[in-house]
Parts: sequence; structure tokens; C-alpha cells
Amino acid sequence: MTATSMAKATATGGRPPVIAICDVHKSFGENQVLKGIDLEVQAGEVVCVIGPSGSGKSTLLRCVNLLEQPTSGTVHVEGIEVTDPDVDIDAVRRRIGMVFQQFNLFPHLTVMDNLTIAQRRVLGRKKDEAERIARRNLERVGLADRGDAYPAKLSGGQQQRVAIARSLSMDPDLMLFDEPTSALDPELVGDVLAVMRGLAAEGMTMLVVTHEMSFAREVASRVVFMDGGVVVEDGHPDQVIGNPQHARTRTFLSRVLDPAAASLGEVPGAPAGSAGSAGSMQGEVAPQVGFERGPGLP
Amino acid sequence: MSTTSAPARRLTRKQRRRVSLGLQYALLVVLVLAFAFLADWGTLKENFGNTDLAREMFPDVITTAMVNTVKYTVFGFLLGLLLGLVLALMRLSQIRAYRALAGLYIEVFRGLPALIIFIFIGYGVPFAFPGWQIPGGLTGQVTLALGLVSGAYMAETVRAGLQAVPKGQTEAARSLGMSSTRAMVSIVIPQAFRIIIPPLTNELVLLLKDSSLVYVLGMTLEQQDLTKYGREITQANFNSTPLLVAGLCYLVLTVPLSYLARRLEARQAKAR
Ligand SMILES: Nc1ncnc2c1ncn2[C@@H]1O[C@H](COP(=O)(O)OP(=O)(O)OP(=O)(O)O)[C@@H](O)[C@H]1O
Ligand SMILES: [Mg+2]
Repeated sequence: MTATSMAKATATGGRPPVIAICDVHKSFGENQVLKGIDLEVQAGEVVCVIGPSGSGKSTLLRCVNLLEQPTSGTVHVEGIEVTDPDVDIDAVRRRIGMVFQQFNLFPHLTVMDNLTIAQRRVLGRKKDEAERIARRNLERVGLADRGDAYPAKLSGGQQQRVAIARSLSMDPDLMLFDEPTSALDPELVGDVLAVMRGLAAEGMTMLVVTHEMSFAREVASRVVFMDGGVVVEDGHPDQVIGNPQHARTRTFLSRVLDPAAASLGEVPGAPAGSAGSAGSMQGEVAPQVGFERGPGLP
Repeated sequence: MSTTSAPARRLTRKQRRRVSLGLQYALLVVLVLAFAFLADWGTLKENFGNTDLAREMFPDVITTAMVNTVKYTVFGFLLGLLLGLVLALMRLSQIRAYRALAGLYIEVFRGLPALIIFIFIGYGVPFAFPGWQIPGGLTGQVTLALGLVSGAYMAETVRAGLQAVPKGQTEAARSLGMSSTRAMVSIVIPQAFRIIIPPLTNELVLLLKDSSLVYVLGMTLEQQDLTKYGREITQANFNSTPLLVAGLCYLVLTVPLSYLARRLEARQAKAR
């Protein structure tokens, strides 16, 4: 961290926001994906980001822990400017948990080793301590008995809960979720959402990209609607989901909340009659990223 | 045209198949009989099946020759693997000079006959660096020669393996605060090696055979590998049996390894 970034944080008075995104632009070649995003997340807030596919939600999330380097603009996490080229990004990332759509568990390690490897290699915890913490977190996600299993032996819902436990084992100050339930069979979504509800109730600061409208409505302190690389609407869930001000928001919500419209041209047989309640938008399940390698990490 | 409407004397498909098979078997029988009558069985038996001579080779052929072959192969393989990993990482480096250097090395050593490397190690190096010796004596020389050659091949295998590990694995590791080196060592490389075990096993088989090139380097009796050992006894006795025994010893090693490689490959294909 640099002296200037600290000074900036304290200059705002009181506690700095946990995440402060300021005028962030991101382009992939010619493709402008983020076009000036401003977003703050305060401690203990759960902010859900919604929006159509390709609107830049994942890219925004990945800019927070610098899996993507913004083209311009700044991102501060707990007062530290992560976009500062001199920042120790590994140190910042330790405090930011991240949960991926495709889980990204380490398939060559057991569940227990998935949870302990970073604790030991990054935080330098002893084996005993790391395993104790891992067991506590496995218990927290309801998988206390699966420590010896390899990820491939688990259902998608179990894998995602292990991934959450893996992040929690690093004692993060905030968590990023990128469509954590989009790759799951509908009947497995509930368990993962229950774990996330629990986290929110415990006061974890969370930035969640999701299509689960009922979750956003019930758990989020704020909902952010993104479209075309900009934040269109940002406010209380009752406001953004219940009484959207912008036509784009209304169009998007009508597609998500009305399964008949949502299934048009997408997945046939989306669960009918779940409007407004489950609202799980299976049609939006993005194709697996697979083996391609994009421009790598910084 | 369906077969039911064909004239009765036309053969059905099943009958045609039988005739074809019958002809093939007949050809086989003719060939075997011709060989059995024309071959000079007495000379053949004496030349390849001299059981006394074969018996005399034991236990040395195993305890010395085969052990040496395995030793040279394994050392060469380990050096080649290390070199291959380094070259693969260089190939994937952000620094262009590293990529170019590794590329050059791989092209050169894949394009040269292994024999010329052996001769260079044995005779070129002493001329090129007078007063300096490759450490480890003959074992060091063989290890170096085999390592230099196989490293070039394994580099491409390892690179493919590293690239086959999904990008999300590195991202998850980095998100947990691991440095890029740590993510590479703990997450990517172990998975890459799992992926490339079958091709590496095939490389081991190739190397086992290439280890016979050690014959161009001077060897004491205790240093002889299977090929050299078999050849010495064959030349001393004017009889091919020792070569046959040496050959069988190679097969004892290579056939199970190849089988293993195929099994692993099939299992991976199924797991995909
Ligand atoms: N590494 C990359 N290289 C090139 N283009 C990229 C890369 N990552 C994302 N993009 C592009 O950026 C745009 C926004 O992608 P992003 O994944 O952020 O959207 P999203 O809102 O998360 O969509 P979804 O709901 O489908 O996940 C897309 O057009 C995508 O093709
Ligand atoms: Mg996305």
C-alpha cells in the first residue's frame, strides 16, 4: 500500500468504504465493456449486481481483485488502491474471498486440502490450525463429513459450498460472488443460497452478481442494475426490483421475473409458476469458459 | 436393391464373408508351411536358441546389463523432465527472449539425431573443453546426452499440459492470495503432470530404447547396457542367441510400459 492511498482513505473521514470503484473503464481490444463505473460498498452491505448477459458484471467484479486490470479509473479496497501499480496485490487478495460460477475447486486435492493449501502456503498457518479452521468452515456450509472426498465426487451444489468454505478459511473481510448458482441444477441452488444468507446475516460484506431475484430482494441492502457497461440503477431492492425507474431495468426484470418470457428462445421448460418467488433464470446459464486462455493475470 | 430380391445363386453377405475369411486363412497356412519347409531349422535353432549360451548370460544380463539400461534411462528421463519443465515455462514466459531461446533449443535438439549428441558428448566435449570432464563419468555422460535430447521433446509435452489446465484454476489460486509462482507450483504444475502422464510414459519407452546409443561411449564391463552386453557375447560366440535374450529383456520393460500408457490414456479419455 502507498502513503497516498492511505491518506486518501482517511481523508474521507471515518471508515472508508470496503469497496470504492471510481470511474472504471475496461476494454478488451476494441470492445468497451465497462464505460465509467462508480460504485461503493460499505462494511456489512450486501450489494447484488444484476443485468443482462454481456453487460460487464463479471468484468466489474474481477476488477475489484484485479483479475482484470481496469483500463482507467481506480478501485480501492479497504482504503488501499488496488489499481496502484506498486500495490502488493497478493496481500490485498488474501482479504477478498472470491466465488466463481464454475466453482474452480482444485481437482487434484481433497476437500480438506482445498481449504488448507492457501492457509498454509499464503498465511503460513500450521497444519493443525489450518485443518481446524477448515473443519469449522466445512461445518458452516453443512459439509463437515466430506473433508476426505475429492471435488469430482461432490454434486455441484456441494462443490460450490466447498468453494465458499475455501474462501472463508482465509478469513476474508469481503466476498465477491460471480453467479454462484448459475451452473447448478435448480434443486441444488437452495443450499448455496442458504449459506450465502447465513453469511449476510453474520454481517459479511458481499458483492454478488446474480440472477436470483428473490435472493436479491430478500438479502441485498442494495441492488445495482448494469446494462451496456454502465450502472443504470442503484438503490434499495424494493426500489430497483419493485419499482424500477428506467425502461431498461423494467425490460430486463420483466424477462427475468416472467418465466414465459424468459424461456422464449432460451431454455425450454424453465420452471413455470416460479415468478417472483424462485425466479431462477436457468436460461441465462453461461457456457463454461473451458480451456481457452485469455490474456493472463497481471 | 435388397438382398431378398437377388437371384438365389448370388451369395448372401454372410456367405461372402465366410469365403473371404477362408481365403485369408488358407494364405496364412501356405505361408507357415512354406516357412517350416524352407527354413533351415537346425541352423536357426543353433543360432538363436542356444540354451547353454543363454543360460550362461544369467544372472549378469539382469543384474548388470538390464540394471544399467534402466539406470541410464531413469537418470536421463529425470534430467529431461527437469529440462522439459524449464523449457516449457520459458516457452510460456512473458519475456520474449526466453520464449525464443527455448524455441531454438527445442527445434535444434528435435532436429538432430540422438546419435550425434552421444558422439558429441563422448568425443566433442573433451576436445571442446580440454581439461574439463562431465561429472559422473559414463553415467553422467549418458544422463546428459539422453536428458538433452528428451528434454526437447518433453518441453512440448509439458507445455501442452500446462496449457490444458483451465485458466479458472490459476484465477482461484490467485484470488486466495497465492503469488503466480506459488499458483504454478501448487496448483497448475501438479494438474499438468497428471494430464501428461501417458505421453511421458511413451517418452520413457522411447528413451529406454535410445539408451542403447551408449555403445558409442567407451564402457567397462560393469557399465555395459543390454545392447552392448548382448552384442559382445554374440560377437565372441558367433551366435545370435545373446542378442535375442537382450531383445527380450527390452520387451519385458517396454511392452508393459506401453500397455500402461495406453490404459492411462484410455482412462483419461473416459474421465473427460
Ligand atoms: N478476457 C476477455 N477477453 C475478451 N473479451 C472479454 C473477456 N472477458 C469478457 N469479455 C467480454 O466482455 C463482455 C462482458 O463480459 P462479462 O463476462 O463481464 O459479462 P457479464 O455481464 O458477466 O455476462 P454474463 O451474465 O453472461 O456472465 C462480453 O462481451 C465478453 O465477451
Ligand atoms: Mg458473468
